[in-house]
Amino acid sequence: MTNKLSMHLDVDDFLPATEDEKRYMVQMRPSTTFFKDGVKRLLKNPVATASFIIIVIITLSSIIIPMFWPYSYDNMLGVNPGKPVDASYNNLSPFSYGKTELKRIEAGEKVFPHVFGTDSAGRDYFIRVVYGTRISLAVGFFASIIVLVIGMTVGSIAGYCGGKVDLIIMRIVDIIYSLPDMLMVILLASVLKLTLGPALAGTALEKIGSNIISLFIVFGVLYWVSMSRLIRGQILSLREQEYVLASRAAGAKGSWVIRKHLLPNCISVVIISTALQIPNAIFTESYLSFLGLGVNAPMPSLGSLAADALNGLSSYPFRMVIPALVISLIVLSLNLFGDGLRDAFDPKLRA
Amino acid sequence: MSSKTLKYVLKRILLAVVTVWVVITVTFFVMHAVPGGPFMGEKAISAAAQASLEAKYGLDKPLMTQYFTYLKDIVTRFDFGPSLKQRGRMVIDIIADGLRTSAKLGLIAAALAALIGIPLGAVAALRRNRLIDRVIMVLTTAFVSMPSFIMGSLLLVLFAVRLAVLPANGATPQGLILPIVTLSLYPMAYITRLTRSSMLDVLGQDYIRTAKAKGVSSVRIIFGHALKNSLIPVITYFGPMLAYIVTGSLVVEQIFAVPGIGRAFVSSITNRDYPMVMGTTIVLAVLIVVMNLLSDILYKLVDPRINLE
Repeated sequence: MTNKLSMHLDVDDFLPATEDEKRYMVQMRPSTTFFKDGVKRLLKNPVATASFIIIVIITLSSIIIPMFWPYSYDNMLGVNPGKPVDASYNNLSPFSYGKTELKRIEAGEKVFPHVFGTDSAGRDYFIRVVYGTRISLAVGFFASIIVLVIGMTVGSIAGYCGGKVDLIIMRIVDIIYSLPDMLMVILLASVLKLTLGPALAGTALEKIGSNIISLFIVFGVLYWVSMSRLIRGQILSLREQEYVLASRAAGAKGSWVIRKHLLPNCISVVIISTALQIPNAIFTESYLSFLGLGVNAPMPSLGSLAADALNGLSSYPFRMVIPALVISLIVLSLNLFGDGLRDAFDPKLRA
Repeated sequence: MSSKTLKYVLKRILLAVVTVWVVITVTFFVMHAVPGGPFMGEKAISAAAQASLEAKYGLDKPLMTQYFTYLKDIVTRFDFGPSLKQRGRMVIDIIADGLRTSAKLGLIAAALAALIGIPLGAVAALRRNRLIDRVIMVLTTAFVSMPSFIMGSLLLVLFAVRLAVLPANGATPQGLILPIVTLSLYPMAYITRLTRSSMLDVLGQDYIRTAKAKGVSSVRIIFGHALKNSLIPVITYFGPMLAYIVTGSLVVEQIFAVPGIGRAFVSSITNRDYPMVMGTTIVLAVLIVVMNLLSDILYKLVDPRINLE
């Protein structure tokens, strides 16, 4: 054994590396980032990938189809200015036509078919379903963003400040959390519907409709609590991790610790719970629409379409089944995709 | 009960009381923020009649006085005042009437969900990754992602309209079958999934392996050790399940025309029957809060290992 303290240099240490030794240094696989790694794992999960494709298809078609579809969601086909209402357009069954349209077909003209027929007011049902899907998705998405922003702000304040601020915030969170959410949602939605309507008249927000705005307010008031709890818990536990301590001991600054350690570890949980919040919001919106507290008529949402279909249920059951299937498909694929995201991006849950 | 458990229980009770108070307060002030007051929108009434109506219902007093009277009446004698739309009836009587039907509906649905969900979940866990497990998981996933009103409407179309084997009207005892099934499917699916995952968790524990090594029969392992312990997380779901059933019954009773509290609540919203809306919200909220409280406390009592914070 050589003497470690000896100043004598071993010449062997300075020989050129052999081919074998050089091969150790070759990178077999390009180094990967946390994000790339997660995406790779996600793509390996067929259920999550399929759900993602379904979501993309539904979203894109809800945006693109209204652009070229010849009918619009609020156009009553039987109602023409200066003429009596043509009732033959109401309650058409799929792929059938109204009186004037039949005449035009006889004359050799091509008429775009009513794929799902029309509703009781003579509106093309297919485009209403597509438009309703768009509204439901948009409501779900924006409601989740609102929840995310409020929850993240409050949660990180509570987590960072600690002490009295944390205590007070968390007691408020506890109380809001134990409120029966649906009852409060119904109460707030029914009251906001009455108060917001006149207040919004004439502003840019009027077009969105008081009911959707009140839905967003309700979400902002009630649903941020679980998100803020989650983020506070994350920050509290991450702050105490050994690798944060090690990084601090090695001289890392606060901003480095936040950027390199706290955020990457926190962000996956945040994204996952936001993704899982969207179906929740769609659920709530359709539920409120069903009670008549959802979007303002004539704007359709999947819930209000289902609710409207209840009246003619025995004669036109497909009008209930179609939006029902779309809602279930959206909620199901968002849930499965969220589960896949969690499996792929949350290293702590990995078995 | 250790002093730590006692402290936890007291803390939870305090939180429940505060929650109920917040519900009452929010409900009161939110309902009084509605523009126009309760008598707007009806037939035009003279100023004198309006004043006498307001005096009769105490609406002419300052808001804070009204609030404290309201709070006092609720706490001391469960009095939510008279209904505005159903003349001559007290809100609490209407609620009690509706609750009788709704409680029957909800309790049967809850019992059905537990009685079917727990065995299904256990079977799925014991036959993990076999065909029966796959089938159960696919079905429960479908049930969990379908809103109750859609489930109800589809069942209505299928059984009452197409097959015509069950009545669509929930006012008769037979008509309660469809609403009960509708209400129980979601909690049943949830309980199945919950039981399955916690059963799988328990089956991997050391004491199960020890029991197996000792030569305990598999029947005793399943019923004596695994099932009992895997039911603990299911207890926590009892509170949320009741909340789900209460809110689900709002739409389900609407679909099947069941004369319960849910339908009364929804129609009181459309009718702007303010005392009725407030009373129903508060009663249902108390029900949910108490149920959550009980299931939380029970959870801690059943499993002493659980960390009390």
